[in-house]
Amino acid sequence: MAFAYTPGLRVADRTMVRKERRLPLSGETLVKEGDTVTAETVVARTELPGNVQMLNISNILGLPPGDIPELLHVEEGAEIGEGQILGQSKGLFGLFKNTVRSPIRGVFESYNRITGQAVLREPPIPVEIDAYLRGTVTGVLRNEGVIVESVATFVQGIFGIGGETRGELKTLTSGPDQELTEDLIDESCRDRILLGGSFVSFATLNKAIRNGVRAIIVGGFDDKDLKEFLGYDLGVAITGHEKKGITLILTEGFGRMDMARETFELLRSREGMLASVNGATQIRAGVMRPEVVIPVEGEESERSSEKQAGAMDIGSRVRCIRAPYFGRLGTVAALPAELQVLDSEARVRVLDVKFEDGKTVTVPRANVELIEE
Amino acid sequence: MASKEITRIMATDCGSTTTKAILIEKKDGEYRLIRRGEAPTTVEAPAEDVTKGVLNAVGEIEDLEGRKFLKPGEEGVQVSPDSSDGVDIYMSTSSAGGGLQMTVAGVVKTMTGESAQRAALGAGAIVMDVVASNDGRLPHEKVADIRRLRPDMVLLSGGIDGGTIDHVVELAEIIKAADPKPRFGVGYKLPVIYAGNKDAREAVKNELGGQVELKIVDNLRPVLEKENLGPARDIIHELFMEHVMAQAPGYPKLMKWAGHYVDGQWTQVPIMPTPGAVGKLIETVAKNEGIEVMGVDIGGATTDVFSVFNVGEQETIFNRTVSANLGMSYSVSNVLASTGFDNVMRWVPFHMDEADLRNRIRNKMIRPTTIPQLLKELIVEQAIAREALRLALVQHKELATGLKGVAQERTIGDAFEQTQTGGTHVNMMTLDLLIGSGGVLSHAPRRSQAALMLIDSFLPEGVTMLAVDSIFMMPQLGVLSEVHPQAATEVFDKDCLIRLGTCVAPSGENRKASVLAEVSYTAPDGSTVELPVQRGDMKVMPLGVGQKVEAVIRPAKNLDVGAGPGSEWRGMLEGGVVGIIFDGRGRQPFALPEDDGRRIEKLQEWSMAMDIYPERFISLKEGE
Repeated sequence: MAFAYTPGLRVADRTMVRKERRLPLSGETLVKEGDTVTAETVVARTELPGNVQMLNISNILGLPPGDIPELLHVEEGAEIGEGQILGQSKGLFGLFKNTVRSPIRGVFESYNRITGQAVLREPPIPVEIDAYLRGTVTGVLRNEGVIVESVATFVQGIFGIGGETRGELKTLTSGPDQELTEDLIDESCRDRILLGGSFVSFATLNKAIRNGVRAIIVGGFDDKDLKEFLGYDLGVAITGHEKKGITLILTEGFGRMDMARETFELLRSREGMLASVNGATQIRAGVMRPEVVIPVEGEESERSSEKQAGAMDIGSRVRCIRAPYFGRLGTVAALPAELQVLDSEARVRVLDVKFEDGKTVTVPRANVELIEE
Repeated sequence: MASKEITRIMATDCGSTTTKAILIEKKDGEYRLIRRGEAPTTVEAPAEDVTKGVLNAVGEIEDLEGRKFLKPGEEGVQVSPDSSDGVDIYMSTSSAGGGLQMTVAGVVKTMTGESAQRAALGAGAIVMDVVASNDGRLPHEKVADIRRLRPDMVLLSGGIDGGTIDHVVELAEIIKAADPKPRFGVGYKLPVIYAGNKDAREAVKNELGGQVELKIVDNLRPVLEKENLGPARDIIHELFMEHVMAQAPGYPKLMKWAGHYVDGQWTQVPIMPTPGAVGKLIETVAKNEGIEVMGVDIGGATTDVFSVFNVGEQETIFNRTVSANLGMSYSVSNVLASTGFDNVMRWVPFHMDEADLRNRIRNKMIRPTTIPQLLKELIVEQAIAREALRLALVQHKELATGLKGVAQERTIGDAFEQTQTGGTHVNMMTLDLLIGSGGVLSHAPRRSQAALMLIDSFLPEGVTMLAVDSIFMMPQLGVLSEVHPQAATEVFDKDCLIRLGTCVAPSGENRKASVLAEVSYTAPDGSTVELPVQRGDMKVMPLGVGQKVEAVIRPAKNLDVGAGPGSEWRGMLEGGVVGIIFDGRGRQPFALPEDDGRRIEKLQEWSMAMDIYPERFISLKEGE
């Protein structure tokens, strides 16, 4: 009954990818339904309100808040320059006047007669969003953004860091089991998205950044390196906002892990094509996984393979996702109904897995994921 | 009220990782747990329908019982009007989809901000952020944070009645500017509750009305000296059902399934947020037995702590906190990040490479449903659990406090005993019962493991009964207690609560004494037991469930076991599945040996004394 299942990672040859491109605040959309866009096309634009500075004018002039309005030299809503006089006291017989000047350029937004505070706002910050992938605009969210669709090769990773980027795909390792090492990276990797095999080290990652690599897709990475790379220990798995000059996508997990052959071969077959990638990951409700999207010509095919929940039978292909057999592939040899005692003394539902070398082991059902082919 | 003929009850709890179903039946005049089933929760892709997990969990009970409880075509749980088939009532709790996630706002962070936080937590929510006028962030940063967190609901408070209006309106402006979009469902407005200064209602309405689903209730802090959290909590429950749950994948269906027939009429039973249900049960236990109780529920994403302590002669106070980012799967990496590698490793009785430990923990985070197969992995997980529990208690102590900012009247008698306002209500010495719940505690292969995890993390002082929720069913019993209190109480006593035994731990500073306390009692077989509690030792004396002995405990100078420093304690010690645990490792202060070799030696010694692992754990080494 209760099947173990994967987080539902998708690996699709040709599928319809639909992306909502939304502004953080309402603004204007720059394209219309039916338009063809490239990844770089700016599809919507807005201005984020500038930072706010509070200035207590009453304190500075040493007068009660209620006396200030008649001493102000600017009106609410007026544009102001840095150093501009905002208000001045009358002084004594016209002498010894106190002056208050604006510390910023921006707008004099408001003055509060009760607290004596003025709100000054810095100039707005322009924000633009692009289409992210080549495709067609299939919907416009009024004042908020657009929907872009494209038939594409689509691969979800298990964990990533860094945000959206794009570039030509370049394969650097001979297979899914080879480590992406420093010596494989050179000037030809500039602006590319690199496909590696089983592992990338901190040193290699740094060399990639120095060589202007946009992103790396690889099987595994050490958490210790992640801490060093980020400069802090990542607590909750909410990523994507890191500004490290590169996007990293792990397809398997932490440690040295061969990339699933199916994933590697699919990406290798797209060598030289333009890919859009995003490392943003959220492992919580409403889970978000990192992705690689490679728009392709032609129609969506039925041949998209998805690893997802399904019935597990004798002969089903599975991958172990926890020690002591992490990463090993095999087929289900038995599905005993009764609970069994593990090395940890826990009594759980198990299954027998026969590995490719012929060896059969017993593992908890929760510790395998189904590979549908 | 429930009708008398209810004899078969099905209840489910949809957690963030697992959906648990229990079957309760009335047999020989009493309600008992008959069967339990579980299945992965299916609120996420690919299923995206919570009812699939419910069907699977109930289906497991069907398989094990050899009876049918689902409607034909799996169209829900079979609830019959006449006890002919299926069950008589079906109900559910839920924390799936991350539970109820809220952002709260108040003018002063430690005053109305904190009151708003307590209101939301008490209603069963996870508070993701407390926005306050004085929280140190610039307005645009607050806007960005609200938008990024995508709360399910916002609670806006601020100002006592007749107090500040400007600041409250300023907060409303920020919420308006943020215009956060709900996580589930696109076509509905975000619920915002206003429970602040009544004089600011119109201004808040002008600011937010139309843009959000605004509900206005009584001020939750009408005067500085008093909180009035009831109306805000009620409306949170109501909105949770109407808006948040109704949008989550599969919930509209689940809400229709839950209910029973009263006088032939179908009556729905509302789905409760899981923590709200557990809190209800803890409160009931404390009230029924007249004792101080703490409960902790450690889940995959969050850890909830509940407490009921006496304040003054007659009054008790209930508190609940959620540590939103302390848990054993989704949040496991955050436990490591919050406490540090050394703090986790101090509980591991063997050496381990840091890089290896880190990768193991991260892989658990990215594949949260996996379980430890090897003993070594179990030990590591239990070490992490100790730290998650410890940190959750620290957070609970910080929030389970009196009201801050209240002027206190002092008499001359108080001059020597100056207490600050807002001190914690948590007192580990007066605590009577500590209940642990959640997978890592309830499903620990040995009950003694749960006992030691609770002791190590909560450090109970004096005499404290320890218990665990046998199979993690407090949420279902919490919701059942609303509909059928008798069934809930009977199952709780007989099948849910496993009494582990009493922990005796002398507390206080005395560096010289090698014996922290002398204990004497007459064992059930008539023999006299004289037992010294040696410094640095742990000892377990067998005493079964329900057995009690009358004991005298004489602590060493300055040490306290409940009757005051150096004072003799007399009372009943109750047994349990583990026995009576005498903990001589000290409290206030408690410290582990700093030397690595010595620490491992002591951990192994205590593990052996408590019989928590098979003996082969001593030979476990790095890299296996």
